[in-house]
Amino acid sequence: MTALLKTCDALGFTWFIPFIRLARRENPNEQFRQILVNLGVPLLAVLLFLGAWSWVARNVEVSFGAIPGPVAVWQEAGNLWKDHVAERDKEKAFYVRQAERKAAHVTKTPDKPWVERTYAGKPTFIDQIFTSLKTVFAGFLVASLIAVPVGILCGLSNVINIACTPFIQIFKPVSPLAWLPIVMILVSALYNPTDPWFEKSFISSALTVALCSLWPTLINTSLGVAQIDNDYLNVARVLRLGWWKKITKIVLPSALPLIFTGLRLSLGVGWMVLIAAEMLAQNPGLGKFVWDMFQNGSSQTLAQIMVAVFTIGFVGFALDRAMMSLQRAVSFDANSIR
Amino acid sequence: MHRFLDISRLHKTFPTPKGPLTVVKDFNLTLRKGEFIALIGHSGCGKSTVLSMIAGLADITRGGIILAGKEIVGAGPDRGVVFQSPCLLPWLTAFDNVMLGVDQVYYTASRLERRQIAEYYLTLVGLGEAMHKRASELSQGMRQRAGIARAFALSPKMLLLDEPFGMLDNLTKMELQDVLLDLWQRDQKTALMVTHDVDEALYLADRVVMMTDGPEATVGDIFEVKFPRPRNRKALLEDPAYYQAREYLIHFLNERSHHRPGQPTQPAHAA
Ligand SMILES: Nc1ncnc2c1ncn2[C@@H]1O[C@H](COP(=O)(O)OP(=O)(O)OP(=O)(O)O)[C@@H](O)[C@H]1O
Ligand SMILES: [Mg+2]
Repeated sequence: MTALLKTCDALGFTWFIPFIRLARRENPNEQFRQILVNLGVPLLAVLLFLGAWSWVARNVEVSFGAIPGPVAVWQEAGNLWKDHVAERDKEKAFYVRQAERKAAHVTKTPDKPWVERTYAGKPTFIDQIFTSLKTVFAGFLVASLIAVPVGILCGLSNVINIACTPFIQIFKPVSPLAWLPIVMILVSALYNPTDPWFEKSFISSALTVALCSLWPTLINTSLGVAQIDNDYLNVARVLRLGWWKKITKIVLPSALPLIFTGLRLSLGVGWMVLIAAEMLAQNPGLGKFVWDMFQNGSSQTLAQIMVAVFTIGFVGFALDRAMMSLQRAVSFDANSIR
Repeated sequence: MHRFLDISRLHKTFPTPKGPLTVVKDFNLTLRKGEFIALIGHSGCGKSTVLSMIAGLADITRGGIILAGKEIVGAGPDRGVVFQSPCLLPWLTAFDNVMLGVDQVYYTASRLERRQIAEYYLTLVGLGEAMHKRASELSQGMRQRAGIARAFALSPKMLLLDEPFGMLDNLTKMELQDVLLDLWQRDQKTALMVTHDVDEALYLADRVVMMTDGPEATVGDIFEVKFPRPRNRKALLEDPAYYQAREYLIHFLNERSHHRPGQPTQPAHAA
C-alpha cells in the first residue's frame, strides 16, 4: 500500500492518493475533503468549459459552417480512429495480396525476378502523432547532447560563461519560424546522401526543434553547475579527483535536479516549436495535418483541427509528466521537486 | 619527528569592502608526530581559517606550513579533513563516499583490497550495518561516522577536524569521541581538532592551544593535558586536577583571550 502511494506520488497522480488512503480507512473525512478539492473542482471546471463551448457552438457561424460542439469533436475523434484502423486493414490486405501474387509468380515464371512493393497509403492521424513524437525526440536528443555539455562548461568556467552569454541572449528569443528557412536551406545544401536514412523534412524539423529547445537546458545546467555547494567541490580538491571523475561523481549528480528542470522545459518548448515548424515547412506530423485540414475546408475541418489541438495538448501534458517522473527518479532529494 | 607539522608566522588577510582585514596574524605552532591538539577560541577568531590553510583549501597570505618536511601546496588526501557538516556526497552511499577517496589513494591496490579498506574503517566507526545506505538517508551522527571513516581510510599523514561533533546531541557526541580516540590510537595519527567544547578538548587532547580573539588572532597560550591514557571519563570527572584545568581554559576564554600575548593588559596610550 505504501509502495502504491509512493508510485502515485512519483508519477504525479497526487489526486489518486486520497482514494488509497480512503481504502486504508485513514481519516475518511479528510480524504473526502481532499477528493472534493483535488478532483471535484477540476471536474466542475471542465463541465463549465464544455457547457460554454456548446453554447458558443450553437450560436456562432463561420465560413465552414457551424462551429462543432464537444459531441461533434468527440465523434470526429472516433472517425479519425476508424480511418486509421481501416487504413491498417487495407495495408494488411495489400500485403496478403502481394504474398499471394508472389507465390503465383514464383510458380509460373521462376526465372523472372520478383519486385517487392511497399504499401503507399497516406498517413493517418495516428501515424502523424507518431511522426511528430519521433521528430520531437530526435530534436530534443540533439538539443540535450549539445546543451548539457556546454552548460557544464559554462557553469564550471566563468570565462566560458561570459563568452556564451551573448549568444544565449541573442538566439534564445528567436522564433522557430525564423530558424526554419535557414535550417531547410542548409539541410538541402548539405544533406544529400544517395541512400538517406532520414527524410530531409524530418531533419530540418528536428534541427529546428533542437535550436529552439536548447536554451532552457543550457541555462539551467550552467546554473546548476555554478551553484554546486563549495563543500562538495572541496571534497574533490582534498581527494585530488581528476577532471573526469570530478564531473561525473560530483558536478553532474549535484546539478542533476536543475539539469532535469531544464530538460523538462526544453521538451515542452520543443513540442510547441515542432507543431509550428511542421505547419510551415509541410513536414509530416501533426502540424501538417492541421494545415492540410485547414486547406481542405470541408465541413469536418474545424472538428478535425480541434481533435488535433486536444491531441497536441494531451501529448504535451503526457511528455511533461513523464519528464517530471524522470526528474524525481534521478534526484537524490526526491521530495524537493514539485 | 619533533616538528611533524610546523606552522610558522602564518598570516591570513581577507579583502573586504572596508579594506584588507588581517584575521590571523603571526600564528606559530608545531606539532609532534602522533600528537592530538585541540584548538579553542571564541567564535569568529579564525580557527577554521587556520585549519583550512593547513588543509590547503584556503590560500596562505604570508608564512608557511611544513608537514613531514614538505611545504604544503594545495589540498590533498595526505590531510584527512572532517568538518562540522561531514560533506558526504548525498547521492552516494556511505560506502561509495569512502570508496571515492580510497580509489584515489590506493590506486595500485586491487579492487578487493580497496573494498576491504573501506569496509574495515566503516565497521570500526560502527557503520557495519548501514554502509550501503545513501548518505542522504543517514542520521547526522551516522554521517559524521562515515566522514571520520573516510578521513582515516585515506591513511593521511594527519587529521584536521573542525568542530566535528558540534551538531550532535550529547550522547552521540560522547560515543563518537570514543570512536575517534580509538581510531587515533590504533593508527597513531597526528590530529588537530577545532572545538568549542572545553571538556571535549581536555578529554581528547595532549595539548590545548588557545587562540586570542580576532582580528589579528594568534596563539595566546598552550595548556599541556597530562592525564594518562587511555582516559576514562568517569575518572577524569573525579580528578580535582581536571577542574583546575577546566578553570584555566575558561579563564583564558573569558579574560585573557582579548589581548595578544606580550601586549600589556591595558593598551598603552602614552608611549
Ligand atoms: N572569505 C572571507 N572574507 C572575509 N572575511 C572572512 C572570510 N572568511 C572568514 N572571514 C572572517 O574571518 C574571521 C574568522 O573566521 P573563522 O571561520 O575562521 O572563525 P572560527 O574561529 O572558525 O569561528 P567559529 O568558531 O564560529 O567557527 C571571521 O571574523 C570571519 O568573518
Ligand atoms: Mg569555524
